[in-house]
Amino acid sequence: MPVPEFTLPPFGRRWLQRLPATPPAWLLVHSLNQLQKRQVLAADMSLLSGKTFAVEICDAGLTLTFRADDERFHTGSSGDAPDLRLAANLADFLRLMLREEDPDTLFFSRRLRIEGDTELGLIVKNLLDSVDWDSTPLRRFMQH
Amino acid sequence: MQRLPELICPAGSLPALKAAIDNGADAVYLGLKNDTNARNFAGLNFDHRSASEGIRYARDRQRKVLMAINTYARGGDSLRWRTAIDEAAALGVDAVILADLGLLAYAHERYPALRLHLSVQGSATNYEAINLAQSLFGVQRAVLPRVLTLDQVRHVIANTSVEIEVFGFGSLCVMVEGRCLLSSYATGESPNSHGVCSPARFVRWEDNGQGMDARLNHILIDRYGASETAGYPTLCKGRFEVEGHTDYVLEQPSSLNVLAMLPQLLDAGVAAIKVEGRQRSPAYVAQVTRALREALDQAGQSAQRFSVKPAWQQALAKVSEGQQVTLGAYDRPWK
Repeated sequence: MPVPEFTLPPFGRRWLQRLPATPPAWLLVHSLNQLQKRQVLAADMSLLSGKTFAVEICDAGLTLTFRADDERFHTGSSGDAPDLRLAANLADFLRLMLREEDPDTLFFSRRLRIEGDTELGLIVKNLLDSVDWDSTPLRRFMQH
Repeated sequence: MQRLPELICPAGSLPALKAAIDNGADAVYLGLKNDTNARNFAGLNFDHRSASEGIRYARDRQRKVLMAINTYARGGDSLRWRTAIDEAAALGVDAVILADLGLLAYAHERYPALRLHLSVQGSATNYEAINLAQSLFGVQRAVLPRVLTLDQVRHVIANTSVEIEVFGFGSLCVMVEGRCLLSSYATGESPNSHGVCSPARFVRWEDNGQGMDARLNHILIDRYGASETAGYPTLCKGRFEVEGHTDYVLEQPSSLNVLAMLPQLLDAGVAAIKVEGRQRSPAYVAQVTRALREALDQAGQSAQRFSVKPAWQQALAKVSEGQQVTLGAYDRPWK
């Protein structure tokens, strides 16, 4: 089922902004580490090591900051200046993850912002694209 | 029912390859993880293992895999390109897509059974050039640069026995395809030499408060308003000030879309229709392949009753660069 058109309403945003950003960031980092451990995410950590990433979910008013070292991902603090910042609304991030939309399409229509180290952005984008969900239990969620 | 041209779709990763096959591509084209192909992007493309798996996936479903080795080997440093051809032959791809004359000669001599396609980067726009490539290297197919009108495509096909492949959908290149040096003006690297128009490490997108600036090696090449659609950060699609006016001076960001003239292309006798976009994600490959597969099948059933379905146009318009589409050079009423 495609992700419906939605933007988080302002009250949802206000509510979410009161929560600490740490739990969602932790969840993201934990998922990335699990995927990497199971070799679903074939990350060449030498390309990501030492880099800080900020994922800004605009309509939620949330910014998830994390960083990478030689082995794994860690949560970061919002004070860290990111090497790469990706910003979009929640629905568009979901579409990206579920492969309903192509990041270039979202970029052309200005629904995805990419700032900072563009090459790092390309590495991350191509890393996510290369995940073969067919080999994981998540395959039934993925669109073809 | 007419014999349909092959639908050739791009694959920058294994999931993209599977998406192309699952949605009806007759063949996919891919490249290795280095500068031997014109989509040399960080993290994109195939190594031996993923290429083998992709070829197996395609073969199991009676589809083909072509390998693009379509940049120009550098003098004194051509080993990587020859190795790529060796690798393609070892993998057992259905054809290699080459532009460099030296590599065509190498592949022809070393692997006489390997099928050779002349890449769009080879820039052969007339049948004399194509027939020469056939007689010298046994080239069996040529991909036409996107600079010819439909009548010119017909004229080429009428005068050669080499199969002709044309572009059907995707980002447009500036109109000197295969001969472009623009990006190397800004970065010292060009698609023909390094396999990429705008190497990502030279690209910066910056929020300027009112919109977004696109810079290539510090040169401001475009400034987008807050709600203006964007394109790839290539020099050819930048906006520049000329005689007091700031606008696109070389080309606009847009995508070629031949849906409206599919019956004419079939009638002209093209052997294959190619989709651009190895740099794109599996989602793009799936959406574009599905639309073109349906359209081709319908055009093949009856050219008279063919009509472009809004759903196809919507699917293609959405993923287009700059979110606009054009018939490009095919339709040039002024000759």
